[in-house]
Amino acid sequence: MGIVTPGFRGRRSEEAAELPPGQYLTSDFPVLSAGPTPQVDLDTWTFTVTTEGYEQTTWTWEDLLALPQEHPTVDLHCVTRWSKLGTTWTGVSLDVLLEDVETAADFVLVHSYGGYTTNLPLEDLLDGQAWIVHELEGDPLPSAHGGPARLLVPHLYLWKSAKWVSGLDLLTEDEPGFWEQLGYHEYGDPWREQRYSGD
Amino acid sequence: MRLSWYPATLVERRAETPTVATLVLRVPGWPGHLPGQHVDVRLTAEDGYSTQRSYSLAAPDHGAVLEITVQALGDGEVSPFLVEGLVVGDPVELRGPVGGWFVWSPVSVAGLVDRVLLVAGGSGVVPLMAMVRARHEAGSTVPMRLVYSVRTPADVIYADELDRLAKEDDGLEVLLVHTREAPPGSGRPAGRLSADELATLAWPPADDVRAYVCGPTAFVDAAAAGLVRAGYHDAAIRTERFGGE
Repeated sequence: MGIVTPGFRGRRSEEAAELPPGQYLTSDFPVLSAGPTPQVDLDTWTFTVTTEGYEQTTWTWEDLLALPQEHPTVDLHCVTRWSKLGTTWTGVSLDVLLEDVETAADFVLVHSYGGYTTNLPLEDLLDGQAWIVHELEGDPLPSAHGGPARLLVPHLYLWKSAKWVSGLDLLTEDEPGFWEQLGYHEYGDPWREQRYSGD
Repeated sequence: MRLSWYPATLVERRAETPTVATLVLRVPGWPGHLPGQHVDVRLTAEDGYSTQRSYSLAAPDHGAVLEITVQALGDGEVSPFLVEGLVVGDPVELRGPVGGWFVWSPVSVAGLVDRVLLVAGGSGVVPLMAMVRARHEAGSTVPMRLVYSVRTPADVIYADELDRLAKEDDGLEVLLVHTREAPPGSGRPAGRLSADELATLAWPPADDVRAYVCGPTAFVDAAAAGLVRAGYHDAAIRTERFGGE
């Protein structure tokens, strides 16, 4: 147990007991990003998967919408400590997008419009754990929250769910992304409180 | 290397505005930090319940003495306690420094960034003040311009110090924008900082200018978008946003 601060009582709720360590509940939806919000035109939007052999598969906005859509309802955990429960998204499972991609890669570097990157193991994108989403609560995803489309990997801290996603590089060796180079954890499991490098 | 939790003791509290206070904390063993970085604060109750929040550091590295400036949010679990409940001598725990992107130091970027534009909304001024103070303490003459949006004159955090530094420090400009109530004699009626107005208050875009924008999400989105429309490159704008508690 940490050092007790006299007079601090805090606020407890049953819901908060269900949260990962160090998180608190919020009902609004804060935003964290390192620069201006990119404005991405749907007419030129693409999502590209590049394998370790530099083979590319590209989807346009129409292509994405033509794929089977799922509606995951998930909890979000941001490394800045807020959690938001029960958000519902619309998008395409990475299982669908990667189904016909031939690869022996174990790692992924995610790219975004605006230059943001983040890395994670490929297996964390598969088996129903990740989506490219374009709707939040039934409405088009606002640009401040990553629209037109973002990655959603809700079992990791939210910085892994790259906003304004533009593609994935499948890699045989792990390569740190933007926040991962700046001292944040390489994996980012909220339940093990992997916030910063070495946690 | 893992970031450690440090025991910290409140050594001074300064009221900045009716709802904002600066807490001066002694943190033995603190490893140092850069202006713009933040810390995690952990509070633990007697029964073992604990909770954590992030706060920007308000001053440059002064060894074992840190400053955070906290705004009491009405329904917040932590901030009203920090602003009103924590007593000099009380212990808390700190972890950090955190964040390596939203940083500026008069030493580290000399020659790369020649002018620094700071755009603050409300308590978003806190990490920017660490940069203003770092520049002052280093005797730097790097041109620095702070555009600071506040609701009323009474809401200006660090008002006296900003006033003094703007007069004393060569190359430092402080431009206040009041959104709800302007001071008597102000030539500008109270109102939001528009993109057009920001474009006139900011330097014209140039390769040697870097902008740091900090404040509530809506403010940062509008200000950053305004700078982009004024011709700033995305890469020249660094942002830090905060939501409510």
